[in-house]
Amino acid sequence: MGGDPLFAHGLSLAVWLILLGKVVAVFVIVLVSVLFMVMYERKAVAWLGVRYGPNRAGPNGWLQSLADGTKLLFKEAFTPRTADKWVYKLAPYLMLVPIMIAFSIVPMGGEITIAHHTTYVQLADPPWGILFLLMASGIAVYGVMLAGWASGSKYPLLGSVRASAQLISYEAVLGLTTATVVMVTGNASGFGDALHTHAIVAAQSGHLAFLHWNFIHTAFVSFILFTIAITAEMTRPPFDLVEAEEELSGGYNLEYSSIDFAWFYLAEYAALVTNSAILVTLWFGGPNGPTVFGHSIGPFWFAVKVLVVLYLYVWVRATLPRLRYDQLMDLGWKRLIPFALAWLMIVAGFQVTNNVSGSGFGHWLAQKAWGFVAIGAAIVLAVLFLRAVEVGGGASEVETAQQDRLAPDGREVARRGGTP
Amino acid sequence: MDWAVYLVGAAMILTGALGVILLRNPVHCALMLVFTMFGIFLEFINQGADFLAAVQIIVYAGAVVILFLFVIMFLGVDRKEAIGAERLRFQRPLAILLGLVALVEILALSRVDHWVSGAPAQSGALKGAGSNVAKLGQSLYTGYLLPFEMTAALLVIAVVAAVVMSRRHQPSAGEMSPAAQKELRESHQSALSASDPSLAGRLEAPSE
Repeated sequence: MGGDPLFAHGLSLAVWLILLGKVVAVFVIVLVSVLFMVMYERKAVAWLGVRYGPNRAGPNGWLQSLADGTKLLFKEAFTPRTADKWVYKLAPYLMLVPIMIAFSIVPMGGEITIAHHTTYVQLADPPWGILFLLMASGIAVYGVMLAGWASGSKYPLLGSVRASAQLISYEAVLGLTTATVVMVTGNASGFGDALHTHAIVAAQSGHLAFLHWNFIHTAFVSFILFTIAITAEMTRPPFDLVEAEEELSGGYNLEYSSIDFAWFYLAEYAALVTNSAILVTLWFGGPNGPTVFGHSIGPFWFAVKVLVVLYLYVWVRATLPRLRYDQLMDLGWKRLIPFALAWLMIVAGFQVTNNVSGSGFGHWLAQKAWGFVAIGAAIVLAVLFLRAVEVGGGASEVETAQQDRLAPDGREVARRGGTP
Repeated sequence: MDWAVYLVGAAMILTGALGVILLRNPVHCALMLVFTMFGIFLEFINQGADFLAAVQIIVYAGAVVILFLFVIMFLGVDRKEAIGAERLRFQRPLAILLGLVALVEILALSRVDHWVSGAPAQSGALKGAGSNVAKLGQSLYTGYLLPFEMTAALLVIAVVAAVVMSRRHQPSAGEMSPAAQKELRESHQSALSASDPSLAGRLEAPSE
């Protein structure tokens, strides 16, 4: 059974100190990378848009986010009269805390020995492992929802209802694609450990590690679905219609000011950093990479990979326009979820008899047989599904047309499926 | 250590449960329900049921209570309840009595060993090698495969049924009485011709 070797010999003072050090280190890493990320994004977006970007505070403007944070800290914290005081104050923390805790399951390196105590370079390796990501994103929905509700005005409420519907819709895809990784890991390293993030990373190592990374092992599709889902989960562009100014004048955090607003801002970028780190852990082998003169430099490779992923997010933000709300829901429910389900089945099929050994075409076929069965079944189901969507779409069009015709004042009424 | 975690979890569950009943604002009640969920999460961890603990948070706190909140917000019932006005006069003493009976029943049943209906049930620590998650998965997909799949099918049926029923609120022409149809058609026709004369005559009554 897995688990951090740190606790193998009971809890002594040294173990407590190491643990405390790790907690502080993870906290500092998240905070500093948030400060960095804000600037990284603003600089990169400015560069992509052929602008200067912030260039006043500090050398080349790199202290701008620090200055912004200080300003927000000293502004007056304002609470609307109609707000629900307790929930209004609670909501930002509900958003920030889960996502910061979620970083604790990210493995940033292999093992390290401090004062004869060997430990993982990761804060925690709980038995529920990667499920912690889903737990964190499940709880973060409360932050969005309650912030909008507790503000006591209409636009934040609309924004929060819209946002929480989006978050819940894309959580299913997140779970289904994570399941493919867990399955592949379980087949490689024993099923008891498959949820541990440490085991997920370990299963992706090996000679020419690149080929063992999960995004190749699960043939790209799961990775792409996961990336789309987690981008929507973070409400990053192109799924940022939570904050569509021209429709909602700001979204769920419209009434927030001062430090309360800063928490939301912080939570948004902490989510970006944490989710990029988890993306790297799940699909790109975490800290795996070539050794230098026999020394493993896992944290370096980890940081490089995370930076590349972060840049991709900035790039997407600078490139893609925002989706419409019905497009978002169609993409989530009618495309991503069925696709993720089918792919889960196919990956599972290829794992069933993966352990048949031997060479030659016969053995190869015996290994892959269930996989091909799953592909066939997926195609049949996909055809059925498309037919169902067609029939359902036709029926709802007929229904909408009927309603249009029966509208009491005879004018065309708003169609369903638009923005709520 | 175990009993300390147990006490904290139990305190959370009880606080949350009391909050659900006693608070006036439905949204606050829902939040206290989430608090209860976290108490149950702690107790599951304390029992070594890691997967159940995680699922408790993902499904119950992350989805079910969110849906409660959706309904509360959409229906606009997020205001204080008027508890003082009671329709049934003996409601309160009756509720207390029934609650006490239920409590006594639970306490009595917990002293008896085999009280789960039919299926062989046992409680206690996990035995043998392997993690909790792996064992749970294996028993779900071997010994309990049929109940598992039937539960899944039941949920899908429930969802489909909900969709079918929710889309039926508009009575189609066939379901209305001829008199009502005629009345509706005439009212539409007059509205149409009032708003746009060129549209008049589009909704003519079919010859009978």
